[in-house]
Amino acid sequence: MNLILEMFPIALMFGAPIVIAALGGLFSERSGIVNVALEGIMMIGAFAAASVTVLLEPSLPGFAPWIGIVAGMLAGLVFSSIHAFTSINLKADQVISGTALNILAGGLTVYLCQIFFRQQRTRAFSSGLRKITVPFLEDLPLVGKMFFREIYPTFYVALALVVLTWFVVFKTPFGLRLRSCGENPQAAASMGIRVHGMRYAGVLLSGLFAGLAGSTMVLTQDIQFTVTSIHGTGFIALASLVFGKWSPWGVLAAGMFFGFSQTLSLYAKDIPFLEKLPTEAFYVLPYVLTIVALILFAGKTVGPKAAGEIYDQGKR
Amino acid sequence: MADEKKHKATRSGKLLVPALAALMGFLVGALVILITGKNPLLMFNAMIQGVTGINVAKGSFNARYIGEFVLQAMPIILTGLSVGFAFRTGLFNIGAEGQLMLGSLGATAVALLVKAPPVVHIPLVLMGGMLAGGLWGAVPGLLKARFNVHEVVVTIMLNYVALHVNNWAILNVFGSADRVKTAVFPASAMLKDPWLQNLSGGSRLNWGFVPVILAIVAYWFIIEKTTFGYGLRAVGFNKDAAKYAGLKVNRNVMLSMLLAGAFAGLAGAIITSGTFGFGRALSAAEGYGFDGIAVALVGATQAPGILLAGLLFGMLKAAGPLMQSQGIPKEIGGIIQASIVLFVAMKYGIERIGLWLRAKKSGSQQSVADSAVGEEAGV
Repeated sequence: MNLILEMFPIALMFGAPIVIAALGGLFSERSGIVNVALEGIMMIGAFAAASVTVLLEPSLPGFAPWIGIVAGMLAGLVFSSIHAFTSINLKADQVISGTALNILAGGLTVYLCQIFFRQQRTRAFSSGLRKITVPFLEDLPLVGKMFFREIYPTFYVALALVVLTWFVVFKTPFGLRLRSCGENPQAAASMGIRVHGMRYAGVLLSGLFAGLAGSTMVLTQDIQFTVTSIHGTGFIALASLVFGKWSPWGVLAAGMFFGFSQTLSLYAKDIPFLEKLPTEAFYVLPYVLTIVALILFAGKTVGPKAAGEIYDQGKR
Repeated sequence: MADEKKHKATRSGKLLVPALAALMGFLVGALVILITGKNPLLMFNAMIQGVTGINVAKGSFNARYIGEFVLQAMPIILTGLSVGFAFRTGLFNIGAEGQLMLGSLGATAVALLVKAPPVVHIPLVLMGGMLAGGLWGAVPGLLKARFNVHEVVVTIMLNYVALHVNNWAILNVFGSADRVKTAVFPASAMLKDPWLQNLSGGSRLNWGFVPVILAIVAYWFIIEKTTFGYGLRAVGFNKDAAKYAGLKVNRNVMLSMLLAGAFAGLAGAIITSGTFGFGRALSAAEGYGFDGIAVALVGATQAPGILLAGLLFGMLKAAGPLMQSQGIPKEIGGIIQASIVLFVAMKYGIERIGLWLRAKKSGSQQSVADSAVGEEAGV
C-alpha cells in the first residue's frame, strides 16, 4: 500500500505531459487534421524551454523555468504552423507532413544545441520546476499523500486543461464549429463556417499544448535537453488520444494509465507478483493496449470522421 | 487536346516535383548554415568528398569515403523499397523501423543458432531477417484487412514494441556479456569481408550491396511486370474499383505489408551481419524507417527513383562526419532531409505554381483554369 502511495507522485509526473500533448492532438484531430508530429513539437518545445531556462537562470532564478515554459509553448505554436500551412493551404498528406516535422525536430534541435552550446545537448539547468505541497489538503487521509504532497504543479495544469478542453470543445459554439469541421467539413462550410480558419485554430492549439507538454517534461524529468529527452512520449500521447476515444476525460484516464505503467516498470522489482515480468513488458504496454483498443473499436464510429482527409470544397 | 496536355503535365510533374524538392531542400540547408554563421560551401565540399573520396579543397583522395557512402545508402534504399511497396498498394508503412529491428533479430537468431557453410548460412541469415521483418509487417496488414484498423497508428505503435522485443530477446534469449550486444557471429554468417574492407581503404563496406541490388530488381519486377503487382497497384489506385473488378483486396493488403516488411527485414539483416557482425540491444530507434519514408517519397515509389533517392540521402549521411569535422553540425542532414520531404508533400502547391508559371509564359489564361480544375479533381 505504501508503495502505491509512493508511486503516485511519480506516475503523475509521467502522466501530465502525456495528457497535455494528447489534448493538443485532440484539438487538431477534432478539427480534421491528423497530427502525428506531436513528438516533434514536444521536442521543439522542450528544447526552447531548456535553452531559455539555462540562459535566464543567472539573472532570474526561480522565474526562469516558467519563462522557459512560455518559450516552449510559443516555439511549439510556431513549429506547428508549418504543419497547418502544408496540410491546410497546400493540401499535403497530413501523415507525410507530420513525419517530416518529426524528422525536422530531431535535426533542428540538435543542430541548434551545437550552435548555441557547442555540444549535442543544451547546458544543464540547475533547477527545473519545483515540487509543491498544498497546505491543509496535504493532511487529508490517503488522498493528501497521493495528490497534494511533494507534487509537480504540472499535474494540476494538466487537470485544469482537461476541464478547459472539455468545456471549449463540447460546450461552446467554437467547439461545435471545430468538431463539425472534423466530421463533415463540406456541411460545415455550407453553414458559413470557415473550415480553413477552424483547422488552423485546431493545429495551432495542438502546437501550443504539445509545446507546453515538452517543456514540462524536460523541466520535471530531465536536467537538460537531449535528443532522447522526449523518447516517444509524443507517440504515447497519440496512443492516449486513440485509447481515450478522442474525448478529454478519456485522454485523462488513458494518459494517467500510461503514466502509471511507466512507473510500474521502475517499481516492478519490489512488487512480488510483478518481479518476474521483464521490464520491457511495462514499456510495451501502452502500445499493445492501443492496438487492442483499435481492434475493439473496429467498425464503430469513434474519432472524427474527416480527420486525415484532404478538404476538397467541391466534394459532396 | 486538353487531355493530352494535362497528361503530359502530370508525367513531367512526377519527375519535376522530387527534383525541385531536393533542390529546394539543399537551398534551405545552405540558408540555415548561412544564418547560423557558417560557410555552406564547406557542406557541399563535404558532400563531394563523401561520395567520390576526393577532397576538392586539398586535392587528396581516400577510397574509404566511397565505401562508407555505399554502406550508408544500402539500408535506406531497402527501407525506401519497403515504404514504397506499401505506398503502391495505398498503405502508409511508418513501421519500416520496427520491421528492420525484427529483421536484425531474425538474422541474429539464424546466425547464432544455425551451423552451416557460408554458401548456405549467409542466404539463410538474410532469409531469416526477411521472414521476421515480413511477419512483423504482416501484423498491421492483417489488422487492416480483417478489422479495417488504420495502418499508420498500428505501425507507429509496433515500432516501439519491436524496440523492446528486440532488446528483451538480445539480452535474455541470446545472452549478452556487456548488456549491449550478443556474441560475435561465426564467420560463415558474415557479409563482412576483409578483402572488400581493404579494397575500400578500410571502410566498413560489405557484400550487402548484392542483396540490395537484387531487391531493387525484384521490386521493379514484382510491381511492374507481374499480374500480382498489377493487382497491388489497382488496390492502391482505387480499392472499391479493384474489389468490383474481382481482386482480393484484403489478401493484397496483407501480402503487400508482408513484402514491405521483408524489404525492411532484409535491411536489418544486412546491418547486423554486414556492418556489425553481432546482434545489438538498442536504446532508441535509429531512424532508418524515417529515412525510408523520405527515400520512397523522393523516389516517387519507382525502383530507379528509390535507388537514386537512397544514394542522395546516403550521401547526406556519409557527409555528416566530414561536415562535423569542419564545424558544421551533421544534423543539417536531417534538416535538409525533412525539408525535402516537406516540399514533396507540398506537391499539390508546387504543381500549381508550375502550372501558373507555364501558363504565364504561354500567355493563355484559359489553360490554367482548365488544368487547375483537372488537378483538383485528380487529388
